[in-house]
Amino acid sequence: MRPASPIRPPTTAVGPSEGKEPVATRIDDGPPRTVPSPREVVALRTKGDRVFRGVATGAGSFTLILLVLIGTFLFLRAMPAFKDAGWSFFTQTDWVPPPRGTSTSYGVLALLYWTVVIAIIAMVIAIPVSMAAALFITEYAPRWLKGPLTSLIDLLAAVPSLIYGMWGAYFLSSRMVGTSEWLANHLGFLPIFKPTNPYPIYGPSAFVAGVVVSLMVIPITTSVTREVFSQVPPGEKEGALALGGTRWGMIRAVVLPFGRGGIIGGSMLGLGRALGETIAILLIISPIFYIRANVIEAGANSIAAHIANAFGEASGISLSALLAAGFVLFVMTLLVNVGAATVINRSRSGAGVEI
Amino acid sequence: MVLDAVRSRIGGPETQPSGKPITPRNFHPKDIVVVVGAAGGSFGLVWLIFSQLLPLQGIQGFLILWAVAFVVMYYVATREMDGTIVARDRVMAAIITVVAIGITIPLILILGYVTAKGIHFIRVAFFTTTMENVGPLSPSSETGGLQAIVGTVEQVGIAMLIAVPLGVMTAVYLNEVRGRLRRPVRIFVDAMSGTPSIVAGLFIFAMFVTGHGFSGFAAALALSVLMLPTVTRATEVVLRLVPDGLREASLALGSPEWRTTWKVVLPTARSGVITAILLGIARVVGETAPLIMTSFGNNSLNVNPFSGPQASMPLSAFKLFQSSQTADVDRAWVFAFVLIAMVLVLFVAARRSAQRQLVRR
Repeated sequence: MRPASPIRPPTTAVGPSEGKEPVATRIDDGPPRTVPSPREVVALRTKGDRVFRGVATGAGSFTLILLVLIGTFLFLRAMPAFKDAGWSFFTQTDWVPPPRGTSTSYGVLALLYWTVVIAIIAMVIAIPVSMAAALFITEYAPRWLKGPLTSLIDLLAAVPSLIYGMWGAYFLSSRMVGTSEWLANHLGFLPIFKPTNPYPIYGPSAFVAGVVVSLMVIPITTSVTREVFSQVPPGEKEGALALGGTRWGMIRAVVLPFGRGGIIGGSMLGLGRALGETIAILLIISPIFYIRANVIEAGANSIAAHIANAFGEASGISLSALLAAGFVLFVMTLLVNVGAATVINRSRSGAGVEI
Repeated sequence: MVLDAVRSRIGGPETQPSGKPITPRNFHPKDIVVVVGAAGGSFGLVWLIFSQLLPLQGIQGFLILWAVAFVVMYYVATREMDGTIVARDRVMAAIITVVAIGITIPLILILGYVTAKGIHFIRVAFFTTTMENVGPLSPSSETGGLQAIVGTVEQVGIAMLIAVPLGVMTAVYLNEVRGRLRRPVRIFVDAMSGTPSIVAGLFIFAMFVTGHGFSGFAAALALSVLMLPTVTRATEVVLRLVPDGLREASLALGSPEWRTTWKVVLPTARSGVITAILLGIARVVGETAPLIMTSFGNNSLNVNPFSGPQASMPLSAFKLFQSSQTADVDRAWVFAFVLIAMVLVLFVAARRSAQRQLVRR
């Protein structure tokens, strides 16, 4: 708050729209005075400045150029596979490209399906958890706890995905067998948990991969949501409390509606990250190439994991097919991420939020 | 004395508000009793049902049931005492607190597990020898990480040389030059930070590796693609914190824009820019996926990043982890342990420099 000066010059009468003429105004107890209208500012740039602006603009537009380049190069290298497979590339589930298979025996459908399934599992866990974490940090935590907790959650983002994968494969996978079994036995009427054979194997499933990916998504979603929540106008919060609301009532009436854009944008950003996760999923799952409703039994896949897995043995058309899958992944994540960035930038709360 | 009494009654200088923020509601001792009671009661109930009456077992199920029973008991108890609205508030506070604190558990588990697995077979020789003479059947304690450390340092260093100037200049464009492309550039920088790392690897493979072969430099190019948005965004945040008065003073003294940026804005934000660089390094040092298709990996030392396959910490760990020999998997954990130690050091350094910046402001 700026302290109000006792005598205010009537600035409201003066503005750029008032034209170039000096405007005569009167202050109650003084003699008539003129307040000049603001001058037009003309920047005289030196040669150095023009070079500087040119270089900075070049660096800024490089990002745009880079994205175009990525798309172009992937697409060019993917063309042979797209031409070879035609539309069956998007409708075929199996992946047996030409040296061994035919031009219609490989496609991205199953990979796409499992990529999305793992991302959905991760988001179902990550969205509520990161909202709770963001609310705790902004509304509930005592001051001394805010900094350390924020650091710890950020540290969760700094752990390499390789480490998540190794931990998931060795530590978590075997410990989730009991939970998976319980889900199959008690919630088996749901198609996603219904056993597909009498002796199901539970470790390396989409479920475990989704849980691990959710850990990697939580810090991203939390940091966006936290930023948005911390920008809620204190006046509105105090108003809700002054009207007799409880803290939870205040959160529901003020914080959550205000932060909606940030919550949606942060979740989409997390979704983009979950769709592109590679090594962690590759180390946890055992790859399959068909579509199945069950998510807790062994076997899953993802576009990125499959590319990393099959890259070493690929050449010719099969290599081009992998690049085509990469192109599909690139387009998908770019759409999700641009959507997320736009939603956050447009929302009332998100303007100026770092994501 | 009478005056004092009167002053305290009418609110003299002594009773002025102290400026301490008033918290909306205090936590009464009786509430603690309710929390502890609900926690203990639900523990007992779940223990009785879970392990005595039903043949269930497993710590996860127990913890989940305990949490559910606690929430229900706590809700019922506070509703009896204070009504539904207060009960809902208390229960949500409990759930949010438990979930937020609970997130740190996986982090501790991961760090603990990697340390426990890796510390067992790490030797000083890890930092001085290579994997050249280590086969899959060599004992687990024989591991050489020199080639991977050299590779990682060179690749990340080159990536830094490429991404840091570009990222800082992009941040300067966004915050100082404020050109016409500002909005699309910001949105696409944000979007690019979510580009899958494997796509960056495929891009460099399609653009560079097919012509020049696998090399550490190709890996550095892929890493710089991933590093660029991180550096840009973190730098832009600190540039925004530089007070406008400094810029205006410099411009008013007659220095051109580029000198203002170079001599005033960037030095003021120096520690923030260092934080941005450290964050960028921490982002890419553990990346594995793009390295598979750019630097390929190598068991012996290759000091030249511009020709031939080169090893690196995450890639070596990944390859060893996929081996079928237990000794190789043990070696992978050693690599993972050293890698996570590197990430932790970088992270702490970034936090430190960010804090110093806060103090200086």
